[in-house]
Amino acid sequence: MRAIITLPFLWLGVFFLLPFALVLVIALGTNAPDSVPPVALGFSLKSFTLLFTDDLYLAAWLTSLRIAATSTLVALLLGYPMAYAIARAAPERRPLLLMLVVLPFWTSFLIRVYAWMGLLDENGLLNQFLRWSGLATDPGTILGTEWAVHLGIVYAYLPFMVLPLYAVLEKLDAGLLEAAADLGARPIQAFLTITLPLSLPGIVAGCLLVFIPAVGEFVIPDLLGGTETLMIGKVLWDEFFTNADWPLASAVAICLLVLLVGPIALFQRQQARSLERHL
Amino acid sequence: MSRVFISFLLAFAVVPAFGQGSVNVYNWSDYIAEDQLKAFTNDTGVKVNYTTYDSNEILDAKLRTGRSGYDVVVPTASPFFVRQLAAGLYLPLDRSKLRNWNNLDPEILAALARYDAGNAHGIPWMWGTTGIGYNVAEIRKRLPDAPVDSLRMIFDPAVVSKFKDCGVMLLDSATDVLPAALKYLGLDPDSKKTEDLAKAAGVVKAVRPFIRKFHSSEYINALAGGNICLAFGYSGDIFQARDRAAKAKDKRDIAYAIPREGSLLWIDVAAIPKDAPNPANALRFLDFLLEPKVAAASSELTGYANGNKAAFALLPKDISGNPLIYPPAAVRAKFYTITAGTSDQTRERTRLWTTVKTGR
Repeated sequence: MRAIITLPFLWLGVFFLLPFALVLVIALGTNAPDSVPPVALGFSLKSFTLLFTDDLYLAAWLTSLRIAATSTLVALLLGYPMAYAIARAAPERRPLLLMLVVLPFWTSFLIRVYAWMGLLDENGLLNQFLRWSGLATDPGTILGTEWAVHLGIVYAYLPFMVLPLYAVLEKLDAGLLEAAADLGARPIQAFLTITLPLSLPGIVAGCLLVFIPAVGEFVIPDLLGGTETLMIGKVLWDEFFTNADWPLASAVAICLLVLLVGPIALFQRQQARSLERHL
Repeated sequence: MSRVFISFLLAFAVVPAFGQGSVNVYNWSDYIAEDQLKAFTNDTGVKVNYTTYDSNEILDAKLRTGRSGYDVVVPTASPFFVRQLAAGLYLPLDRSKLRNWNNLDPEILAALARYDAGNAHGIPWMWGTTGIGYNVAEIRKRLPDAPVDSLRMIFDPAVVSKFKDCGVMLLDSATDVLPAALKYLGLDPDSKKTEDLAKAAGVVKAVRPFIRKFHSSEYINALAGGNICLAFGYSGDIFQARDRAAKAKDKRDIAYAIPREGSLLWIDVAAIPKDAPNPANALRFLDFLLEPKVAAASSELTGYANGNKAAFALLPKDISGNPLIYPPAAVRAKFYTITAGTSDQTRERTRLWTTVKTGR
């Protein structure tokens, strides 16, 4: 029994805490381009001060938050009806519908993003269709814009929104809605006062699962986005590979983690408390 | 592009095997004729563990982490090899073990010596230029007398603006584009002066509205697929785009031009990491690379010029006689190279480049 409980902690310790500690140690060192590895260990906050004094990092951070937030919202608006429909479908059809949500994972993420490039290109399938159908003669290009980044993120992370929502909605007692209807509530009223509040844990879980990876996303903005979309993942890449400044790259990674984990931990505590109150 | 990520995912998973009679070679993909590797093993009895990468960044990160386990690597001279050299990552070459040294092209050696004094650490493998790739038909349609062999093609707003609608891409590389912009202004392309770099940044900012994207490899597919009509990139990449476009269903004629103002010379350098497990075999392998037939066979595969003068006579005419691969002396005289600079200068340049790209 104890072994079973220890295992996840051991896992977290070895694969999360230890690497995190290493990254922190590097972040507190100074850049030493002429040594291997290029870090002089020590206790210096130089990398962190640089991060907070150069407005470029702040701008990249804000762009990342904005794009992640809008993508999460869109994913929620798309994912909720999907999850709801699956949860309300006949029980024997649910596994098939769930399978369809998960199916894209059978193909590599990278290849799916490339497929989007093929769709959104100047001469991509979308534009070919628009020209062929006569809907637009000069349709312009979505690839290389912030629209494409949003599209890519929503597409890639939608299953992470649908699955937790489904898990919650599926357990929802249909009797509650019947009771509401019996008492004269219109469907929209019943949804807003019963279904929505009860599915809140699923909404929170889904949003976190989409929002957190979206903030640090690198592949999607690099492949689908344009150059003017400066996201924090690209800044990290530049610091590590172009400038070969490991301490600064590590400092960016630490800030990314702290600035994300802080509010989320707070939010979850709040959630836990309100749950206790309800019980 | 694919290159960066796919290799990124794979690179850290591939661990070379070590052995007594072996040499661990880490090279660009498709960069040496494979049958030559067998020939090396037959000649010397040394087994070759050959692994490949697709981006300098992967190699750089591995070498900087230390104990990479490689005996021979092939970084690009600038900005990678020169930076790694400054970090003391390479063994000096024992020339007495390199019997074929004199096959090397003195001109390329002299250019490389700007990064590596006295050519003490590396031998030039393949080299090429940085220039202009374009879709012949699309350019002609929009500007029949376009100055295709001039940097005006990418830096003169009056010219670039004509091609906005068919798509323009520039390398996402401060060390390639800013020197070219300096050259365009008639300044020293190697200048590290803040005011010069600001002027160069001004040039790029002025054409930025007409640039679809800054990216260091996407232009290959984009040119070949007809999604863009103009790119500033590496000669080898644009040749690849040209070959792909020629094979495509709806044939496109892609051409390459070396800017008449001068071109940044790129050289990929074979060198031995300081912590190479088999340094003696690494030297034997380098000496093998210096054999004319090996360099010639590899040039035939890659379509790039090599740094081996003795190999020139062995090359097929379509390579040795191609002025875009082996440019004539007057064009070579205008080649330039840039030095590494300090890490503060690198940071300043990267920051400047980010502001240019993002239009801040």
